[in-house]
Amino acid sequence: MGRRDMADIISTVEFNHTGELLATGDKGGRVVIFQREPESKNAPHSQGEYDVYSTFQSHEPEFDYLKSLEIEEKINKIKWLPQQNAAHSLLSTNDKTIKLWKITERDKRPEGYNLKDEEGKLKDLSTVTSLQVPVLKPMDLMVEVSPRRIFANGHTYHINSISVNSDCETYMSADDLRINLWHLAITDRSFNIVDIKPANMEDLTEVITASEFHPHHCNLFVYSSSKGSLRLCDMRAAALCDKHSKLFEEPEDPSNRSFFSEIISSVSDVKFSHSGRYMLTRDYLTVKVWDLNMEARPIETYQVHDYLRSKLCSLYENDCIFDKFECAWNGSDSVIMTGAYNNFFRMFDRNTKRDVTLEASRESSKPRAVLKPRRVCVGGKRRRDDISVDSLDFTKKILHTAWHPAENIIAIAATNNLYIFQDKVNSDMH
Amino acid sequence: MLSKGLKRKREEEEEKEPLAVDAWWLDPGHASVAQAPPAVASSSLFDLSVLKLHHSLQQSEPDLRHLVLVVNTLRRIQASMAPAAALPPVPSPPAAPSVADNLLASSDAALSASMASLLEDLSHIEGLSQAPQPLADEGPPGRSIGGAAPSLGALDLLGPATGCLLDDGLEGLFEDIDTSMYDNELWAPASEGLKPGPEDGPGKEEAPELDEAELDYLMDVLVGTQALERPPGPGR
Repeated sequence: MGRRDMADIISTVEFNHTGELLATGDKGGRVVIFQREPESKNAPHSQGEYDVYSTFQSHEPEFDYLKSLEIEEKINKIKWLPQQNAAHSLLSTNDKTIKLWKITERDKRPEGYNLKDEEGKLKDLSTVTSLQVPVLKPMDLMVEVSPRRIFANGHTYHINSISVNSDCETYMSADDLRINLWHLAITDRSFNIVDIKPANMEDLTEVITASEFHPHHCNLFVYSSSKGSLRLCDMRAAALCDKHSKLFEEPEDPSNRSFFSEIISSVSDVKFSHSGRYMLTRDYLTVKVWDLNMEARPIETYQVHDYLRSKLCSLYENDCIFDKFECAWNGSDSVIMTGAYNNFFRMFDRNTKRDVTLEASRESSKPRAVLKPRRVCVGGKRRRDDISVDSLDFTKKILHTAWHPAENIIAIAATNNLYIFQDKVNSDMH
Repeated sequence: MLSKGLKRKREEEEEKEPLAVDAWWLDPGHASVAQAPPAVASSSLFDLSVLKLHHSLQQSEPDLRHLVLVVNTLRRIQASMAPAAALPPVPSPPAAPSVADNLLASSDAALSASMASLLEDLSHIEGLSQAPQPLADEGPPGRSIGGAAPSLGALDLLGPATGCLLDDGLEGLFEDIDTSMYDNELWAPASEGLKPGPEDGPGKEEAPELDEAELDYLMDVLVGTQALERPPGPGR
């Protein structure tokens, strides 16, 4: 893959709060926003398709002259702000700098200026004999994107998460060792709320891997670690939240112990449920649902690809064991989804306890084609369309997935392709 | 480079792309793809982990999560290999276990020293980036934010931690200046590279310490050189 191809690799996917807009960020620092077309009575079957709405360059590669380092332009995360007026706003971040973008629409243009003509050139004043009021005339829709704030110099280490507070005024950004709280209107100052950097870097044994604000309680947030623990923190308790309010940790299963136990327990993503009652975490082999009221262990554990447990050595060798998969809730918190290898993604129904494996590929993405469930066989009886573990393509990883906040529409990023799947018919998933 | 004698493509290390995956491991004929029994895997796993650690540390900006996980895994492997009895059955003469012990001990010390000094370097690097830090320090009272104080940022520039800035040594900085005035031994150890050998561990800790008179002198020199060029702007 040449450098130009790598720039197209999608690095994050995020629906806005209504699901009308879907933003993707890529390795080349670009953001592409898709908009859902309104339902049309004339063509009910083409309702709700997503088309490109706007594309802009969010981040450029930077060179830190002090440290002689290149700062990647790759967009690590995008988070939408709740819409407060006609404009849409989102935060996008690379490893070091967060930016607030405002997206506005212009579909009218004033015509009939007194002092300038249609092309904007100044009129010869002697030709102006009467005064007219400029009139707003419709024009082709123009989407304008402008950077409103740049939040720089807040992070020494690589930013892995951003999360907007339910108060809609503040947000947090987390890197490997610290979490900062920002006010959306203030760029020259941030408050450090978590700092796990040891006095002596030789003592470093754990890093922050993800963090998120509680959807309803503006004082609560959670952060996950490379050792598989979750810490729920209350900002009312102290200015510096190094002491957690709750620590969620599952004791190691002695029967499954290996040299890789810690690596596979490292949490790669944490998401609060829409209800705010649960948290969803993804580690290398499982997704887990945690009840905020129970710290001792998760209430549910789902195996994503347990057949990899016997391959951990190879996966360590080729670094796949360090892949960071995301996870997502559906709108009603009844189904959870996460990606896997071979362009497979998995869905788990919490109520029926049924799960399904689907594939994001060109064959399956013909319009209105129904996705066929896939199966990975681990030896023993093999059905016709099964894939064997050894044939899995580990370069095709689905790391980034998103679920529409209300409907059964999912966005799957498969390397440099975006797949949007919609559930038109009530399937057996719920 | 790897124990099985297969070479990884060299250019993988030049790229800053952390996700580059060399496809050799997909070859089903390759022995490493198949599952190896844990007991035999230990020593090759140890070698592999050391290799990963060095590769990670050689990045201009190591992925901390990857680094920490590899280091912790390496510690686990080391711990399991420590007793001579736990060593994998190696087809070698009886004297081998004690030799292996010494190798482990020395590689352990070398490893610790490398890890220690390189993690120390990371905090030096952080000391540099603290210089343009905004008013975040006003947050929690009484807490020092980050490593070195901003005023030492410039001094760290000439310290041993940032060999990348001093590729041609301190001499490069003063090329167009008559250096006979301030040729002194103070500067000699400061031009070490970013990647220390195992023996650099203890030496590194002493090098950055300068007393006040030397700091003042240093500041004068910097002010003098900066007068020759445009003064640095703030931050980005």
